[in-house]
Amino acid sequence: MTNEMQMTLEAPSIYQPIMLSILEITPMTDLEKVFKIGLPHPMSQDHKPGQFMQISVLGVGEAPISISSSPSRSKNSFEICVRRVGALTNALHALSPGDVVGVRGPFGRGFPIERFRGKDILFAPGGLGLAPLRSVINEVLDDRSNYGRIIILYGARQPKEMLFRDELQEWATREDVELHLTVDEADEKWKGNVGVITTLFSKIQVSPRNTVAITCGPPVMYRFVLMELLGMGIPEGNIWLSLERRMKCGVGKCGHCQMDHIYVCQDGPAFSYAEIRHLEEAL
Amino acid sequence: MTAKILPKHAMQGWIETLREHYRIIGPKPAQSQYVFGDIHSADDLDLSYPTSILPPKKVLLPQREDLFRFDSMGDTPIVEPTFDDEPTVILGIHACDMHSIALLDRVFEKGTTDQHYQTRRENTTLVSLECTTSCSEFSFCKSMGTLSVPENFDLHMTDLGDEYLLEIGSKKGENLLRGFNEVREATDADFERLNKVMSEKWSHFTYRLDFDVTELPALLSLSYDSKVWEELGDRCLACGACNIVCPTCYCFDVRDEVDFSLRSGGRFRVWDSCQLDRFAIVAGGHDFRDTRAARQRHRFFRKGKYLTDQYGVVGCVGCGRCAQACLVHISPVDTFNELHRRRVPSAAAQEEALA
Repeated sequence: MTNEMQMTLEAPSIYQPIMLSILEITPMTDLEKVFKIGLPHPMSQDHKPGQFMQISVLGVGEAPISISSSPSRSKNSFEICVRRVGALTNALHALSPGDVVGVRGPFGRGFPIERFRGKDILFAPGGLGLAPLRSVINEVLDDRSNYGRIIILYGARQPKEMLFRDELQEWATREDVELHLTVDEADEKWKGNVGVITTLFSKIQVSPRNTVAITCGPPVMYRFVLMELLGMGIPEGNIWLSLERRMKCGVGKCGHCQMDHIYVCQDGPAFSYAEIRHLEEAL
Repeated sequence: MTAKILPKHAMQGWIETLREHYRIIGPKPAQSQYVFGDIHSADDLDLSYPTSILPPKKVLLPQREDLFRFDSMGDTPIVEPTFDDEPTVILGIHACDMHSIALLDRVFEKGTTDQHYQTRRENTTLVSLECTTSCSEFSFCKSMGTLSVPENFDLHMTDLGDEYLLEIGSKKGENLLRGFNEVREATDADFERLNKVMSEKWSHFTYRLDFDVTELPALLSLSYDSKVWEELGDRCLACGACNIVCPTCYCFDVRDEVDFSLRSGGRFRVWDSCQLDRFAIVAGGHDFRDTRAARQRHRFFRKGKYLTDQYGVVGCVGCGRCAQACLVHISPVDTFNELHRRRVPSAAAQEEALA
């Protein structure tokens, strides 16, 4: 990479963030906001969908957060979708446009989307799992002719917890995207499917050996989604996941993200099911 | 190899000469045990020390280490990384700890180089000390293949009675003797004495592992689902002492602090422990290693397999510090032997099975 992002790796210290301005903050739900962070130079196309940044607020701390914008749309900025759950994310939520945050990255291995060309792609994000998968979805949609069917199955707990609703609207109206939504608990206005994400699988048919499935969600979700995907006959090597772990360094030193012998920050966070199915600590 | 002879009575003069250019760290008594600490004179130093509470790792990877300072007083925050480049000599490092430093070097230099470790390491000169007797009832270095000092020493000392024989391993080591006239060249007679010490030392150490250490990674692979981990988990108090005293544990937490202005402060790292229940927990509350049994297994797999697979060197150097520190007597050599015993049925049991 020949851009500002890489400069964080060339800084005198690998732990030193560069300070970048927040351009926009868009509230999504009660718990989530999207932050658009400006880059002094265009970010290269080299950042892969599925990679993450280490984001910090000086004096509070640092946390790994996946990039939510696609490389195709990350020119002079990138976006992260942040749920406030801990000290750092609560501090981020208290910031305003114009404030600065510390940024290191991008880190990790994203999804190898060049290998997915020509295939049908089935996205199955649950809850906040849409944040990293949105990066892949938009990247694929911006290169639409190179892919087969695009199927998106998205589940949230409640309608008001759905993320990126403008984009869900847009995908719903596109002829070349098959979007199915579900919520665990409906409200009075919800007219769609009610039930966990696995209840959506009966609504679609796939050509299993020509389909790549990509899923991301809370840890409890994977086992059930995997059963559906494997049950459909999608090969283990064509099922991709993004795994969450505690991370302190992002560069394979601090030890927190290790699952069995794998460092998630280096070898992941994107993995094919074939790569991790034998690891007890993975899922 | 060139070697020098340093009379023991000249130790004070050598330390005085070194102190002009270096901070000196070495083993010294602390109450009933020994620690690596600042050496100001030969009287502080006790090279006959058995083992130390903490390994000399604490010099290269301090328990707490600043990564950068920041100042948000102006319009744009200023972030200034901090590095420790003070020239330092560590004296009297045992072979096991030298092996652990070889591992740390690989960990912090492989892939993305950690400049904080690297800066301190480049400015540190390692003076190792030949182990001639077993240092502790808990050690099992001979079994782990770490009883011979590896080639990462700058200067290596062997006690010949009234004198030390100093083998020079690098330019950095040679520099420690520059301007100091009380050493002489080693003669053939000195090497004869060295050979005698070396040949006599091995019988003072016993093999404590019931199998060859090269079989350890495979043994662990076969023992992933062993009941031993549950048994250790039931005993473990999750205090983290084993990690803290381990020369090859390097996992760390990163924290921020602010001063009274709330506008300036720093980010630092501190040692962390994979045995503590918060080690693998994420902000949403999910704990990815939520039993003591899984955490014990993780520690032993790191020591006996993962680090070896990843870096090509042994992950447990057999120093025995964790066994000594453990309040419930969890010991790596006993654990490895127990795993081996359960994988390899006794001859009697085999006969019984065949009958």
